[in-house]
Amino acid sequence: MKEIALHLLDIVQNSVRAGASVVEIGFDLDSSGMLVMSVADDGCGMSPELLERVRSPFTTTRTTRKVGLGIPLLMQNAVLSGGGLELNSEEGRGTVLKATFNTRSIDCLPLGDLASTMATIIMGSPDRPEFHLRCHSPEGEMSFTTEEVRAVLGEDVPLSEPAVSGWIQQSIQEEIEPIFGGIMR
Amino acid sequence: MKSLAELEAIRKATISKINLRNEDKDGATRVVVGMATCGIAAGARPVMLSFVEQVEKKNLQHVTVSQTGCVGMCRLEPMVDVYVPGHEKVTYVHVKPDMVERIVTEHIQGGHPVTEYTIGAAENN
Repeated sequence: MKEIALHLLDIVQNSVRAGASVVEIGFDLDSSGMLVMSVADDGCGMSPELLERVRSPFTTTRTTRKVGLGIPLLMQNAVLSGGGLELNSEEGRGTVLKATFNTRSIDCLPLGDLASTMATIIMGSPDRPEFHLRCHSPEGEMSFTTEEVRAVLGEDVPLSEPAVSGWIQQSIQEEIEPIFGGIMR
Repeated sequence: MKSLAELEAIRKATISKINLRNEDKDGATRVVVGMATCGIAAGARPVMLSFVEQVEKKNLQHVTVSQTGCVGMCRLEPMVDVYVPGHEKVTYVHVKPDMVERIVTEHIQGGHPVTEYTIGAAENN
């Protein structure tokens, strides 16, 4: 993966597959350059046994193949920058993933095109779950929810509509540029 | 945030298109982009968004773009399947954003698959 935002696109699928009704995505950059990406869902969660094994590339819940690389690749990139990966999960309650990156390390990936990732995520699961995005840095903060988009569109226009995707992408892009401008590329 | 008024305008503009599309569901062409870890790492996100952009730009009302998981041929990602009703599925491999416009005009609009981008062509090399 060449961007932190691509890891997000990948890892969010786990929350969708877990049957979440709300997925909270957060990016928090502090003044020392540490960036925390968090993904919190209220899906089915993981058993302590699965949680124990889930960082291994040879762990997967799918039945067609024996490998699952999403979490191991994310952890590798977080650790390479001098950060790490934290996972908490409770069966029936949901899962919280936190990946920390030191954005001042030469080995840190750029944040990348977060707006395109959000548009793609929402297009892939237009009906549920609801997605919340919160971004914060010393430069400012923003928030975005699919509920507010849904409130305007009503029941007849799905969030996967091409014109809606374009709007979501542009509106998120406009807001995060001033917040994360320095670490996006 | 970009103005919600703009979103409201999009709602009004698309609602009639959606009704038209619902009347003719069986006639819809489906574009399916592989978006598992392998697809994403190989560059599927801009490919997916290019298809959506082309559908929007060319005002193609009977085309849907969706996402799928890993089909086990990770070395050929990004992969895109195109299902035109009444025709066999066509699988494109190693798709890049600059290939998308040709696939849309020649295959989806024109009815002629872009043979050189297909899995058949890639596997013969």
